[in-house]
Amino acid sequence: MRHEPKFTDDLSALPTHAFSFRSLTWWGIIAFMVIEGAFFALAMAAYFFLMAQEQEWAPRPWSPPDLLAGTLFTAVMLLSEVPNTMIKKAANAYDVAAVRKLLPVMSAIGLLLVIIRGFEFNSLNVLWYDNAYGSIIWALLFLHTTHIVTDWGDTLVLWQLMKTPHGEDPRRLVDTDENALYWRFVWLTWLPIYVLIYWVPRLFR
Amino acid sequence: MKSAAERAKLPPADVPRDGPNLTGEELETKLSTTWSNPPGFVGWLSSVDHKDIGRRYVITALVFLALAGVLAIAMRLQLARPDNDLIGAARYNEIFTMHGTTMMFLFAVPVMQGMQIYLTPLMIGTRSNAFPRLNAFSYWMYLAGGLLLWIAFVLNVGPDIGWFAYPPLSGPQFGVGKRVDIWAQMITFTEVAALAAAVSQTATLHKHKAPGMSLARMPIFVWATLVTSLMVIFSMPSVALASGMLLSDRLVGTHFYNPAERGDALLWQHLFWFFGHPEVYIIFLPATGFVSEIVATFSRRSIVMYPIVVMSLVATGILAFGLWVHHMFATGLPRIGYSFYTAASMSVAIPTGLQIFCWIATLWEGRPQLKVPLLYVIGFIFTFVIGGLTGVMIAAVPLDLQLHDTYFIVAHFHYVLIGGAVFPLLGAITYWFPKATGRLMSETLGKIAFWMIFLGFQLAFFPMHIAGIYGMPRRVYTYPAGMGLELPNMLSTLGSLVVSAAVLLFVVNLVISARSGRRAAPNPWDAPSLEWATSCPPPPYNFPHIPLVSSRTPLWDAGEKLPVVYGLRVEDRELVLTTVMSAKPDVREPSPEPSPWPLIGTVATTAMFVCSIFSPWAVLVGVVPVALALTAWFWPKSPAPEREPVIS
Repeated sequence: MRHEPKFTDDLSALPTHAFSFRSLTWWGIIAFMVIEGAFFALAMAAYFFLMAQEQEWAPRPWSPPDLLAGTLFTAVMLLSEVPNTMIKKAANAYDVAAVRKLLPVMSAIGLLLVIIRGFEFNSLNVLWYDNAYGSIIWALLFLHTTHIVTDWGDTLVLWQLMKTPHGEDPRRLVDTDENALYWRFVWLTWLPIYVLIYWVPRLFR
Repeated sequence: MKSAAERAKLPPADVPRDGPNLTGEELETKLSTTWSNPPGFVGWLSSVDHKDIGRRYVITALVFLALAGVLAIAMRLQLARPDNDLIGAARYNEIFTMHGTTMMFLFAVPVMQGMQIYLTPLMIGTRSNAFPRLNAFSYWMYLAGGLLLWIAFVLNVGPDIGWFAYPPLSGPQFGVGKRVDIWAQMITFTEVAALAAAVSQTATLHKHKAPGMSLARMPIFVWATLVTSLMVIFSMPSVALASGMLLSDRLVGTHFYNPAERGDALLWQHLFWFFGHPEVYIIFLPATGFVSEIVATFSRRSIVMYPIVVMSLVATGILAFGLWVHHMFATGLPRIGYSFYTAASMSVAIPTGLQIFCWIATLWEGRPQLKVPLLYVIGFIFTFVIGGLTGVMIAAVPLDLQLHDTYFIVAHFHYVLIGGAVFPLLGAITYWFPKATGRLMSETLGKIAFWMIFLGFQLAFFPMHIAGIYGMPRRVYTYPAGMGLELPNMLSTLGSLVVSAAVLLFVVNLVISARSGRRAAPNPWDAPSLEWATSCPPPPYNFPHIPLVSSRTPLWDAGEKLPVVYGLRVEDRELVLTTVMSAKPDVREPSPEPSPWPLIGTVATTAMFVCSIFSPWAVLVGVVPVALALTAWFWPKSPAPEREPVIS
């Protein structure tokens, strides 16, 4: 039999958006972070597995990667958290004007990082087809580059969207908040990769 | 125009909403208009209805099951007699590779995800799942990956390296041509599909539960879905990374698996089995969820020791990640490694055993009705216990080293996978068939098919234990006479023919019953869970009003009237989000409208993936149309935000 309804609570006064873990997309983003985090963790495990094949790391005659580009990248990445936090706070405060001003800044930082990343590939002192050490170093940097480029693309699209009248929709501010959350994940995952690419090959010579 | 801050504080708009003033036929007409697909073929392609996607998943997976089953019969005919020459060695390599790959990647995981996509939103009392466009994208990606593999096979470039593609056989030195690349790229497709579906499920089960359905009141099948979705999220990146590295070894000359340049072929095995072992449970745990639902309904009582069953599911999900090395005992391990992975492998029998005791106790305490779904459950318990016990046997290293790569292993995993997953699946299809079609399957044909499958299965696979103990290796296209292998192989072949006849009968029953089976009432089995609170088949909006849940068996406890909440918009797609633990109503959420962009995104992604088999530059060029398609997918289609949000 099909039951007759017995009406209890009226939900019509519930809000139509919410920030953080009350938002549905927040859960989607967390799930994708876990997926990407698993990729990085496994790639790092592969790094140590391959490292165990060698007597020293980086194996001679290859030199460890040059530090300048990678360290500059890391510094810019860490500093980017300042405007990133400002955007996140502005989005939570429904301050669309501030979000509209700051998104081009984050887009420019993304462009700058992609350019520096190009120099990083050029400073690894090994090519992907030289040996397994080169392969895994390139793999880590390539994986993180897809990360950077994806979030840069997200930010560019969001910037364009926020310039339209849709920017006044509170749900777009939730998107902005979550884009800023994702950026934190991007720079946090970079830190161990930076150590693996630039410092472990120096420390285990 | 109002500012964002002003908009956030606006009271709800005065638009039609369900409730005491809008209910019954008038409500259902409005909801039907809002939630139906657009008309025509494009509307069909644009569907984001979880019931459409789930049904497509299940039907496609069953087609792949049939294709892989035909290959199994071909292998059994070849092995029926010693020194047979029906199929040559090279073709046999392709056939067993295609059989295993199709069964694992294109049938077993997708069919379970398809069932989950169809059922869970109904079981938790919501109108749709989370990210339904992502779900649609998931199906199209799965279909594209399956077509890639099978078109390649038909064109004689199918893979021939076994379903787990160990290097160096699959590496650039020995795996010449494009066969391996096609296999590896099929992996990428199916992993993207599985991950997309798992993300959708995870968000759905956290946020879409009907008000009152706290975690402690979720149906056990929903718990199994949550655990397996999380397992997919944690395990599938491993095989995607591994196959990506294999492709790059083959295409751009990296050396991940090349020992000559300090790579390691065993790295592949670790990454593959870190995914591969959890995958077995990704297939098995949903099946245990089916079993719990069927046992409860047909015993006429709720499952005994619900918390133990739920904790067993969670424990199995966690332990599954600590066992992968038992697939690698024959590669040589440190002694502590042997001990650890033996202990871990044996320990997983504990939660599984607990679940089995709970089902038996439920049957014991209840009033079991031996309908076809319950027959499959009993067949499952019998068969799976045998498979589980041989699993405990080969968790012991000395025995494993004797039996590794023999037919004993083939027997073991078919007992576990067919007995443990396919039997419950067939029971589940029979059980939920009226929900999807509005008609019941024939009990008589169902019982004949069950007994043929059950007995044919034992005839096909039990002799393989004997053949394995006699030393018959897997993956050989023939064997010499006089080694005692003739009888077990002939019996296996006969059994496999019985099983295929039985599966054919099951399909005949499906087709006949779909056309002219007995009409089903909304709750034909008098089951306790929410999917039976709506009509058979469910309308596009699932429920006219969202149920309010106050127990684990809401329909058994409801009485004449089902408590519901109300106040959702009916002229736009809207549903309610609830809090994670206690499922309190929290947010009214717009649900995306149908869209062709998931399909267009799949076409763009397919072009990129397929071309990247031939050139690495395809990734750089191909990513542009993918990015454009994804942007168009998300971009709001109206010029300005609506008064209340709509995802157009």
